[in-house]
Amino acid sequence: METKTQPQTKEANPMKKQRMTGSEAVMQSLLHEGVDLLFGYPGGAIMPIYDALYHYQDKLNHVLVRHEQGAVHAAQGFARVTGKVGVCMVTSGPGATNAVTGIADAMVDSTPMVVISGQVASPLLGTDAFQETDVVGITQPITKWNYQVKRAEEIPEAIAKAFYIARSGRPGPVLIDITKDAQFAQIDYEYKPVEKVRSYTPATPTKKDKVAEAARLINLAKKPLALVGQGVVLGNAEKELKTFLEKSGIPAAWTLLGLSALPTEHELNVGMLGMHGNYGPNVKTNESDLIIAIGMRFDDRVTGNVQKYATNAKVVHLEIDPAEINKIIYADVPVVGNVKESLPMLTAMVSENEHTDWLNEFRVCDKVENQKIINEELFPSKKGMTMGEVIRRVTDSYGDDAIMVTDVGQHQMMASRYFKFKNTRSVVTSGGLGTMGFGLPAALGAQMGQPERPVCLFVGDGGFQMTIQELGTIFQTNAPVKIILLNNNFLGMVRQWQEMFFDKRYASTELVNPDFQMIAKGYGVAGAIVDDRDNLDAAVQQMVSHDGPFLLEVKVEKEGNVFPMVPTGASVSEIRLE
Amino acid sequence: MKQEFTLSIYSENHVGLLNQITTVFTRRHINIESLNTSESAIPGIHKFTIVVFTSRDQVNKLLGQIEKIIDVIKAYVFTTDEIIHEEVALYKVKTESLLNSNEIERLVRQYGARILEVTSDYTVIEKTGHKADTQELFDKLDNFGVSQFVRSGRIAVTKLKEELLSNYLKKLEKQKSLLD
Repeated sequence: METKTQPQTKEANPMKKQRMTGSEAVMQSLLHEGVDLLFGYPGGAIMPIYDALYHYQDKLNHVLVRHEQGAVHAAQGFARVTGKVGVCMVTSGPGATNAVTGIADAMVDSTPMVVISGQVASPLLGTDAFQETDVVGITQPITKWNYQVKRAEEIPEAIAKAFYIARSGRPGPVLIDITKDAQFAQIDYEYKPVEKVRSYTPATPTKKDKVAEAARLINLAKKPLALVGQGVVLGNAEKELKTFLEKSGIPAAWTLLGLSALPTEHELNVGMLGMHGNYGPNVKTNESDLIIAIGMRFDDRVTGNVQKYATNAKVVHLEIDPAEINKIIYADVPVVGNVKESLPMLTAMVSENEHTDWLNEFRVCDKVENQKIINEELFPSKKGMTMGEVIRRVTDSYGDDAIMVTDVGQHQMMASRYFKFKNTRSVVTSGGLGTMGFGLPAALGAQMGQPERPVCLFVGDGGFQMTIQELGTIFQTNAPVKIILLNNNFLGMVRQWQEMFFDKRYASTELVNPDFQMIAKGYGVAGAIVDDRDNLDAAVQQMVSHDGPFLLEVKVEKEGNVFPMVPTGASVSEIRLE
Repeated sequence: MKQEFTLSIYSENHVGLLNQITTVFTRRHINIESLNTSESAIPGIHKFTIVVFTSRDQVNKLLGQIEKIIDVIKAYVFTTDEIIHEEVALYKVKTESLLNSNEIERLVRQYGARILEVTSDYTVIEKTGHKADTQELFDKLDNFGVSQFVRSGRIAVTKLKEELLSNYLKKLEKQKSLLD
């Protein structure tokens, strides 16, 4: 997933050394890395950098968020839909600590990002100065790399290294902390892009013998199942995946972050894995004789009880990060490397096949799931509206070609189950960390990254209020984000667990909500409210045809549940349909 | 099955790296039995020697996580029979107890220890060896009263003929020059 830097950064065409401040050097370095959009919030310790930004406004579009958490999530949304490195800037102390949640989210979801934080002047370090925090210490376990710059001379190299590390190999967030005196100091600026770091190997070359061994197992397998993760998207290997699947005839299921790597309607797409995934891929995991994991990490929400996971299968694991091999599930054949490289090698060695009978077993499961769950969710016989029917109405209205952004909770699982995709990089959701409040700012970032594509945010009434102030940023930028608020006046997922596992003791999950339409109006965001199925179509149409941001609030059934469900500690084959 | 493993971790010499490495252990509730940091034979490359008592499976996972740290160049794991290892211990006793009998002098000779300093008040004894030996000497000396005792972290070199790190660096150089 190495995005090549802009041509002007090539060493063959070196910049003449220019005299400038550290702050200007930050601006120049960002331009060298091809940055034209960043999200942030100014404050005392980063003011020199913002002052430099003032002179670069024509080249660098800075989006002023309403809270630093919003800046990081917006940068994540931008990165996920564009494949570029998301950039944000925050001040020291509370600015930096407010960014922590987003950085942790980006770390666990492998999102390429560079965070630049201001820091107190270097003589004040360690003195408990105003707005001083040890941000390098705090973010050490949640960044791929971080570094504190105390001398202006280090700025170009630190930023070059930051971008290289953030985007190469298994991507992740990098934080560069720059002291205020380094921002002010003058340097002779010269930029050299970083293309290697001695102690860091982004991706090892794929070993041919491992691929051959994997191909041998695939050719012998009677019931192979491919598990598609975000590694396919991050490696830009969607085409390679499709070719592999179509030649080998292997059914493919996806993880939450692998969603949209394979079109929804592809005949080999058998659905979502894990806790609220589809019935087929979960139960068939334990009937399969070969699991081919492609760029995924066997998260516990995917595996359920690992002792009872894939009990009849050998495992082939294609993965860029060697630390993921054998971390959760033992790999009989580990294929370490970028899937962009390993998938075509594998395709060349596997025989053409059609696993018709095996694929039909998934169709049988689909029928069961349709009868027990999906039909009622999409075409409810009850009066109350379901999340599923709203989501399906929205995806249909966009011809299945919108970007889906979600917050975290019931609506997230419903959206992943019922939104449909034709194109890759169409999903922005908080997977590993499960950050409520992620949705609204991430949708803004996604929209700014892909201004031509429709962006639909599905959000619950709980998560919406965690970062609701970013409506202000949407107002200011007029980013035409379509917000679909699935309002059940509950923290729905927690309530569902309370219903199922805590005898309906609804401890602190019911919300008394404000008038969301009035709030939206205050921020200049148009909206509509639907509490009756008969009005849903018209409201969705109003949203789709509206030029600009829109809040569609749908009052859904208060106590709807997400099924199927693999309860924690249970095996994937013990998935519950009711 | 749990057993003793010695990890040799080679890294760039950067501030904060020790913290990043130890976090890998603390996050997984694995106790570090001993830790030593020093320069390595190669200029600019730092070496951490860490002893843990855990399973093979777990130690391999630790190794993976440690190697993921950007500034770590390479990490190796060894069982105790694959390395030559030593620790150094210092014992402070009253000089009076040394003079009162021959016993302390006899122990110093028997254990191959040596006396570093003698003042009218105290005597400092030093012994290098494996943990069991330095501990045994402590137990014996303590009969006469040891007022201070300290043992260093383990230091170790491999018994291998080839040098793993140098070979790795050569391989790396070759791979990266291919990329250029």
